[in-house]
Amino acid sequence: MLPDRPITPSTLSVKDLHWQILWNRDKCTLCGRCTAVCPVNAIELGVFRKRSLTASIDPSSPPETRFSLFYGIRQRTDPAYACVGCAMCNLVCPNDAIIPARNDETDKQRFHINRGGQPRRRGGRRNRATGVLDRIKFIRISMLTDPALDAGRHEFELRTLLGRVLPPEQSLSFMRENGWIPPVREIYPLIIGGMSFGALSPNMWEGLQMGVAYLNEELGMPVRICTGEGGCPPRLLRSRFLKYVILQIASGYFGWDEIIHALPEMKEDPCAIEIKYGQGAKPGDGGLLMWHKVNKLIAAIRGVPPGVSLPSPPTHQTKYSIEESVAKMIQSMYMAWGFRVPVYPKISATSTALAVLNNLTRNPYAAGLAIDGEDGGTGAAYNVSMDHMGHPIATNIRDCYLNLVTIGKQNEVPLFAGGGIGKQGNLAANAAALIMLGASGVQIGKYIMQAAAGCIGSESDRCNICNIGRCPKGITSQDPRLYRRLDIEKVAERVVDVFLAFDTELKKIVAPLGRSTSLPIGMSDALGIDDYHAAERLKIRYVI
Amino acid sequence: MCRLFAITSHEPLSPMKAIEAMEVMREGHDGSGVGLFLRDLAGPFEEIKDAPILSGIFTEKGLRRLDTFMMDLGFMTKYKITIKVPKTPPPGVPKRDIYLIRAYEYPEEWEDLPEEQLHDRLLQTRLRLRQMGEAEGDMIVFSFWPDVIMIKEIGDPMTVARHLNLDRKELWARVVMAQGRQNTNYAINLYACHPFFIQGFASMTNGENTAFIPIREFLSSRGFDGYIGYQSDSEVFTHILHYVHTHLELGIEAYKHVITPLQDDDIADHPNAEFLKQLKHSCRQLIIDGPNCVIGCLPDHTLFMAQDRKKLRPGVVGGRPGCFAFASEICGLDAAIPDRDKSKDFQPMYLDTAIVGPDRQEVNICCQTDPLPLQP
Repeated sequence: MLPDRPITPSTLSVKDLHWQILWNRDKCTLCGRCTAVCPVNAIELGVFRKRSLTASIDPSSPPETRFSLFYGIRQRTDPAYACVGCAMCNLVCPNDAIIPARNDETDKQRFHINRGGQPRRRGGRRNRATGVLDRIKFIRISMLTDPALDAGRHEFELRTLLGRVLPPEQSLSFMRENGWIPPVREIYPLIIGGMSFGALSPNMWEGLQMGVAYLNEELGMPVRICTGEGGCPPRLLRSRFLKYVILQIASGYFGWDEIIHALPEMKEDPCAIEIKYGQGAKPGDGGLLMWHKVNKLIAAIRGVPPGVSLPSPPTHQTKYSIEESVAKMIQSMYMAWGFRVPVYPKISATSTALAVLNNLTRNPYAAGLAIDGEDGGTGAAYNVSMDHMGHPIATNIRDCYLNLVTIGKQNEVPLFAGGGIGKQGNLAANAAALIMLGASGVQIGKYIMQAAAGCIGSESDRCNICNIGRCPKGITSQDPRLYRRLDIEKVAERVVDVFLAFDTELKKIVAPLGRSTSLPIGMSDALGIDDYHAAERLKIRYVI
Repeated sequence: MCRLFAITSHEPLSPMKAIEAMEVMREGHDGSGVGLFLRDLAGPFEEIKDAPILSGIFTEKGLRRLDTFMMDLGFMTKYKITIKVPKTPPPGVPKRDIYLIRAYEYPEEWEDLPEEQLHDRLLQTRLRLRQMGEAEGDMIVFSFWPDVIMIKEIGDPMTVARHLNLDRKELWARVVMAQGRQNTNYAINLYACHPFFIQGFASMTNGENTAFIPIREFLSSRGFDGYIGYQSDSEVFTHILHYVHTHLELGIEAYKHVITPLQDDDIADHPNAEFLKQLKHSCRQLIIDGPNCVIGCLPDHTLFMAQDRKKLRPGVVGGRPGCFAFASEICGLDAAIPDRDKSKDFQPMYLDTAIVGPDRQEVNICCQTDPLPLQP
C-alpha cells in the first residue's frame, strides 16, 4: 500500500503475522510448487518491480534510472490467509528456498482472527508445550536389596483390564449364584483414543485399523482403538476386526443408526462402548465437524446431509441428571449387546470428576472411567476452549484413584487417562507416570497422528487447521486430492513401530523398578518430582 | 538379605534348633534381628491348648497397664513364662523390662461365643493393646492367640537367643519358624520384624516386595480391622494369606494363584481357566512382583513355601516322615535335619507351592498348572 492511503484496523504487515515466510531469491527456481501446496493460500506469485540507479563519473553523462521486474513469492498479509507455519512449502521446494519462521515477538494477527464476529476455531492442542508429566521421575530403582530386571530378556505381562471388576469375595459368589459376571477385557494399556471417521481421513482411519489388526493378530498385543463419535464403516462393523474396536457414542449419536442396524450381522462383539460426555480439549463443549469435511461418504455413515457443519450438543440432550445420563445409558448400551460388552463413560478432566466417579462406583455395571485432560487434542474447537478451559490430567487422575482407594474400589472401576500424553515425545514416561499415579491405562490421539502419520501440528500454533479439512498431510482431510498423499500401509507400519517402541520403553521403565508380572497401577512410591507443592498435591516424593 | 527357617516335627523341638540353623546361614543375613514363631506347643502349654497366649515386650509401666486392661475385660492369667534377662544386654540388643509370654483364661462371657466371634474379639484385643502401646511406647504386642508364641528382638539371632535363654523346656514346640534380619528398607521397628501373624495365619518372607504400596492400599481398604501395620512390606503376605482363606474361603493351593497368577496364555490352558481368570482379575491389586520367598503356617499347622514368579530368592524343603524343614539355604537344612534323604530335597520353582501337612508325612508339591482341588 502507499503511505498516504487509508488503512483498515486489520491491515497488517508481514511483521505482524505469527508466521513469516523467508524466501531466498537466489535459490528459487520459480517452479511454483510452494504456492500450489500451501493449504491456506498464504503465498502467491509476486511480481516485484526494482529500480536501479546508475551514476557515471563522467559529468556529461547524466545519472540513469532503470526499472526491471523479477518474479518471486509474496506472503499475503490478510489475516484470513495468514501462514500457518506448516512448512509444506519447504517440504516441496526442490532447492530449500523457502521456509516459514515464527515472529520474534507476539504477533498482531491474533487480534484480528475474529472478523465477522466469528471467534477463532482450530484443531490441535492447547498452545502450551510444557506439562507436569514430563517432570515426574521414576526414583525407586531396585539396587542390591532386590534385583533390577532385564528389560530385554525377562518375561513381562503388561496388560490391563477394561470392565467392571467385582471385589474378590463378591466376584466368586456372584459367579456361583448367577453364572455371569460383568464382562472384562484384557487389553494393552496404551489405547488409541477416539478420533472419528470424519475428523480423520479415510486413509488415516484405515491405516490405524490395519496397524491395530496387525498388532493383535501377528504380534499378540491386544491393542484397542476407539472410533470417536462418527460411527464406523459398515464393513468394519461386520468384520472380525470389530473386537479390536471401542465404539464411541456421544451427544450427537452420529453413526449409531448404522451401528444398530449392523447389530444382527456382527460376527464379533466390539471391545467396549465408550459414552463420551466430555473431551479434554474442549470441555463442556460438544464435538464439531465443520462443513468443509462433511462429504458424501461421511454424511452417509453419520446419517446426515452432506455439506453441513455437525456440532454435537455439549451434553446428551435427552438426559437431565447424572443418574439418567450415566446409569440408564450404561444400562441401555449393555442391553444392546446382551451384557457381553463393557460400557464406560469418558469425561473431560474437571474438578467435579469425583462426583461422577462416586456415582459410577454405585453403578454395578460402569466398566471404568476415562478422563481426558486439558492437553488433549481435537479436530475442531474454539480456540478459547482449547487454550483456557479444562483441568490438568495428573491431579484429576490421582484424586480419583485415591478416592477409589478410600472406598476400596481401586480395582473395580479402572481409570483411563488421556490428554497430552507424549506431548513432548515422552510417551512411555508420561504413560508410566499416569499409571503409577493410578490410571489403568492411557489413551492417545494427537501423539499417534504425529508419530504414525506425520502430523505437523504443534503447541507453538503450527498448522492446527484440522478443522477446515485442508490438512496438508492428508490426515484430517476429506479431500481425496489431499488424503491420497497419505500411504495407508505406511501409516499401519508406523502404528506398529510406535507400539513396539512404547512396549520396549515401558519395560525399560518398569524393569529397573523390579516390576514385570503386573502393570504397576498406583505404585506411587516409585515417583518423584522436583516441585515440593506438586509432590504434596500428588502425594509422591519431593526430590531434588 | 533375610534368612528363613521353619521346621515341623512330631517330636517337640527347642527353638534353638531354628536359631542354630540361622547361625549356619549367617553369611546370608546381617544379624540385625530375629523373629520366632512357635506353635503346637509342648511343655506346660500342651495342657492348655485353647488358652490364648499373649506375646510381646513390655515396660514395667506397660505391664501394669496391661494387667488393668486385661482384668477389666475379665481375663485371668493361667500360666506365664518369666524370661529373666541380665541387667546389661549384649551389644546390639536393646534393654527391655519384660519379655511377656502369658496364657489367659477367657472371660466367662466369651466362653460360649461362636468361633468366628471369638477370633474377632482376640484380634480386637490385640489391636487395642497395640494401639495403647504405640500411644505410650510401653507395650509391643506380637500375637494373642491359642497355642502360639512369638518372640522378636533386634540383634544377632544367636546372641539374642542366649540373652533370652531360649533353650528352655517351656518353649519347646512342634512348629518353629524363624527369620534373621530386620527389615532395612524402613525404620528399625519390632513391628517390622518377621514372622507376622494374624488370626492363626503366620508368614515370613525373604526379599523385597516391589508392589508393596498398591497391595497395602488394597488390604487397608478391605474394611477389616486387622489389616493395619505394614511397617514391613512383607506383612502383606500374611494378610493376603489370611484374606484368601477367610474372606475368599479358598485353600492354600489358591494362595499362589492370587499373589503370582499364571500368565494369560497359561490360564487359557488350565482346567480351571474361568475361575483363575476371575481370581486374577478381581485380585489384581494383590499380585506381588517379588522377588520373594514366602514361608507360612496355617491354623491347622500346615507349613508351606512359595516363590514369586521370578524365582529369584533361594528356598529348599526337605526332611523325613515326622520331621520336615524349610530353609533359605541347604546348609540350614543340613544343620537341622542331617539324617534325611537329600535326594528328595526340593527347591520350589516359580509355579510351585511346597506343602507339609499337619501329619508331617511328606512334602506335597502343588503346581499352579495342576487342577485346583478346591473348586468353590
